[in-house]
Amino acid sequence: MTDLQDLYQELILDHGRRPRNFKPLDAPSRTAEGYNPLCGDKVKIYVKMDDDVVEDVSFEGSGCAISTASASIMTETLKGKTRAEAEVLFHTFHDLVTGQQAQLDAPELGKLAVFSGVSEFPIRVKCATLAWHTLRAAMNGDGEVISTE
Amino acid sequence: MKAKGGLLASEKTTDALHFDVDSIRADFPILNQMVHGKPLVYLDNAATSQKPSAVIDAMSRYYTADNSNIHRGVHQLSERATKEYEEARVKVQGFINAAHSKEIIFVRGVTEAINLVANSYGRANVKAGDEILITAMEHHSNIVPWQMLCEEKGARLRVAPINDKGELILEEFESLVNERTRLISVVHISNALGTINPIQAIVEIGHRHNLPVMIDGAQAAPHTAIDVQELGCDFYAFSGHKVYGPTGIGVLYGKADILDAMPPYQGGGDMIASVTFEKTTYNTLPYKFEAGTPNIAGTIGLGAAIDYVNQIGLERIGRYEDELLAYGVAALSQIPGLRLIGTAKEKAGILSFVLEGIHPHDTGTILDREGIAIRTGHHCTMPLMERLGVPATARASLSFYNTKQEIDSLVAGITRVKEVFG
Repeated sequence: MTDLQDLYQELILDHGRRPRNFKPLDAPSRTAEGYNPLCGDKVKIYVKMDDDVVEDVSFEGSGCAISTASASIMTETLKGKTRAEAEVLFHTFHDLVTGQQAQLDAPELGKLAVFSGVSEFPIRVKCATLAWHTLRAAMNGDGEVISTE
Repeated sequence: MKAKGGLLASEKTTDALHFDVDSIRADFPILNQMVHGKPLVYLDNAATSQKPSAVIDAMSRYYTADNSNIHRGVHQLSERATKEYEEARVKVQGFINAAHSKEIIFVRGVTEAINLVANSYGRANVKAGDEILITAMEHHSNIVPWQMLCEEKGARLRVAPINDKGELILEEFESLVNERTRLISVVHISNALGTINPIQAIVEIGHRHNLPVMIDGAQAAPHTAIDVQELGCDFYAFSGHKVYGPTGIGVLYGKADILDAMPPYQGGGDMIASVTFEKTTYNTLPYKFEAGTPNIAGTIGLGAAIDYVNQIGLERIGRYEDELLAYGVAALSQIPGLRLIGTAKEKAGILSFVLEGIHPHDTGTILDREGIAIRTGHHCTMPLMERLGVPATARASLSFYNTKQEIDSLVAGITRVKEVFG
């Protein structure tokens, strides 16, 4: 059962139960909605940019423990990051959950490293990345509803 | 948690005790395997059923010995393939007690059957301002083809409501029928909830208003004997792969006079009597609706599946599955924090549930690691999920090869899910 424990680590369960930054933002610079038609997960991301820096970021929606915790930890991680740093994090995180990168050689991941167990569950990669894809859509401002399909 | 306190319906139905599930399981080679180090517990039968050796062997035999194209070859192989293909049609005719074998149209599955009726009957008979009536518990396959038709024609899709148990409110259904209604299409047994709809009453309502009634029998065909003549429905559809046959083959039954009056759905070979560049004469039923080389092996496999089901008997299958369902409902109801979704009085083989504070998707992943295969999500019934106020459910769906021990495993697995989530 170790892979299951790797997936549902205490930090993930905690953020799944009590998501942080789980609210709309008052005056967001950008928003985007993401949707996983496979399981019905929905997320809306709010971003407030100060020039090139993420001043604030939050989310709303409904989903499984993995997708909720991913969105929650993502919002915690991103505050104060530049647009370029966020883009790098997206790719590093994506590599982590798809098993293309060992967690230890990417210190910038911080708490996000807790998602390394997802790579053993390919069907759950979309849960872990939904918030990130939606964030990118918000920051790039193309305004389309993001689907994982 | 042990599910020992479950209802023992078997004590009342002694015949069901003679249902030899061990020997039945031996007919399904796929069941005998380990998943993540645990014995496979396959409870995703509403998505697709497993196939008995008889079906696998029939398809293998066809490809090994008889493979060729049908209806046109003058050679021996083609003659044999044609004979087997047409024999399967007669088996289907018997399976649903249709009056004529030409009323059996082979399609890919229920989805294609409904699309056929929407495109052929629907486009010929539905105009701007007309209405089509369905229910709130339909699968997307019995919603979207009608939506597409309505959009094209400027018609309106009406949806009859359900109550909180997941039962159709028949009075409201009838009150939605009016002079603009052109067709009724209703699911026989709900794939997400297991609700058995009162289709006999629905057909009578339709016919009182001179409306054709289509029934989506995808979940019903594996559980209950169907008699389309007694039922009187105008169209009935089911999928081979849910009734222990292969994927990619299904059936549209239609009354001959209605099918005769309908324009073809697809054009091509086999559906024509003669073709010139000026004019094509269409073939007779059922070939008018079977353009192109069909799924011959799949059809033969479906025929073998029907033989297999008949040999066990749908009545015995239904009785055993009802007993399993009662056992499962009793066992799951004892789990704190578990809520069954869909508690219709008339219900078949489906245990749809949610666990407090745990998303069904997480439930499914943890059960999978226990070797238990269930479905999680919206079950292609997103409007239904919205009506019931849940984003998704976990669904265990039963077949006659499942056992009470497997339901005990499910209960133990759900207990494990709750442990992981503390």
